[in-house]
Amino acid sequence: MTDRRRNERLFVRDIAHARAGDKGNTSNINIWVYDPEDFELLKRSVTPERIKREFPRLVQGTVTRYVVEHLHGLNLVMREALEGGVNASLNLDSHGKSWSYLILGLTLDAGEKTP
Amino acid sequence: MAKGNGIFRIGTGAGFSADRLEPAVDLARRGELHAMVLECLGERTVAFAHRDRMADPRRGYNALLERRMRALLPACRQAGSVIITNMGAANPRAAAERTRDIARALGITGLRIACIEGDDVTNLVGPTQAFMDEPGTLADIGRPIVGMNAYLGADAIIPALEAGADVVIGGRLADPSMYLAPLMRHHGWQTSDLAKLGAGTLVGHLMECGMQITGGYFADPGIKDVPNLAECGYPIAEVSADGSAVITKLPETGGQVNEATVKEQLLYEVHDPASYLTPDVTADFSHVRLKDLGKDRVHVSSAAGRARPEKLKVTVGFDAGVLAEAGVSYAGPSAGTRGRLAAEIVETRLKEIHGIKSPVRVDVIGAGSLFATAGKARADSEDVRLHVALRTTEREQAELMLWEVESLLCCGPAGGGGYRGVITPAVETKSVLIDRNLVNPTFEILVT
Repeated sequence: MTDRRRNERLFVRDIAHARAGDKGNTSNINIWVYDPEDFELLKRSVTPERIKREFPRLVQGTVTRYVVEHLHGLNLVMREALEGGVNASLNLDSHGKSWSYLILGLTLDAGEKTP
Repeated sequence: MAKGNGIFRIGTGAGFSADRLEPAVDLARRGELHAMVLECLGERTVAFAHRDRMADPRRGYNALLERRMRALLPACRQAGSVIITNMGAANPRAAAERTRDIARALGITGLRIACIEGDDVTNLVGPTQAFMDEPGTLADIGRPIVGMNAYLGADAIIPALEAGADVVIGGRLADPSMYLAPLMRHHGWQTSDLAKLGAGTLVGHLMECGMQITGGYFADPGIKDVPNLAECGYPIAEVSADGSAVITKLPETGGQVNEATVKEQLLYEVHDPASYLTPDVTADFSHVRLKDLGKDRVHVSSAAGRARPEKLKVTVGFDAGVLAEAGVSYAGPSAGTRGRLAAEIVETRLKEIHGIKSPVRVDVIGAGSLFATAGKARADSEDVRLHVALRTTEREQAELMLWEVESLLCCGPAGGGGYRGVITPAVETKSVLIDRNLVNPTFEILVT
């Protein structure tokens, strides 16, 4: 772990890595913590409610979160979140491949700093 | 590790339509593979293939098929590796014939090339067919349908392997099924052995995107560094009879295989980890075990399976007119404000002066573009690019949009340059589910 990540953990990217994929108009993003000790923090930080709240225009449908406890990962499934899908979207990134960094760019749950 | 011990060595030689070739040749030569899979079809590329076939009935297969076959046929013949691919896309017959001609020209005799057909279900599905994941039916599309392809499973591929095929070429062969089929045949797994089908599907799923499991699509400098990505190696799976496998790559290739690269691929394009649907099985990845053995070797096990879905998924492609894209760049102080002014001018002219109603999107790259829909504001760069995109069924509107963007060179904000514009035919896609018994895949062997 780099010093930066140890010292100032501000964003999801500081504790986890992620990849986005598409099927039709549904985007899914899997997110994995580097250190199992951060998994609870990730779970608190990346919730379906928060995704809907942060990106109301992007995610028109539901957000479902699957938890893979033993591998310390989450899978977010966001329906109607690709502007129609790869063959209909006018976004330069019509697959929504970059959505992984939308999640990694979220701030970590502020509650973390409270001992 | 050489072939033997009952282990089946299967490698990936392409994980998408435009994937690299020379590492595939390296793998074919040094990998001691039983089989190499080239997975080259997605929702986007199957639609493009139909577009190509409409323009020329002899085309409609992967544009890199000739180059790939020229390079891989001799190497795989030498190594005794079967090639399995969906590079046939919208025209597997033409792809198989082209492959036969290439093999003959290379002097390869006695090569058995299986052409799998029957995934094209255009004549079997009517307008009342409902969409898979949204309201409506095919009748609502209101545009000419250019192709419908059912995802075929391992049961469409195994008969061709049993007939002694050296090369298997199909169209919409499901990605993991191309791996599962030779595994079932080699290890004698039955269709009733759902846990093995789940395990083989996991191997296929992990392998199907090529370098996405060997360090490609993974690097984030400073946090996730990957060695020598310029010479990244394709993956190899060493699959045991019980379905567990080691994912690895050739020595002296770039990239890396570790727990993190395997995890990112494990749930790539997966929704419920306990229910990954393929034509062969409902695979359960929710209890998968990973063990990093070091030296770019990760052991994967404990996938499970339940009965296969009753219906088959079909990708329906329809003519959607054209996609027009055009841009102009601005640099230096105030680049962002000038780029945004250009965006306002274009929007006003297209919508208010020309009355264009088709979907238009105007972005300022460098001041927030990909995440614009997500409402994320970004600080301006000193190098921005206006990017205008338009989907329309009227070509004149597309040409008008390009003209409007180019006109900014004299009529827009100061200092704009680097105009480019392109109009490409567009095919959109929807998904439907159909009864299995409507789909009857067949194969024919061409011999050189």
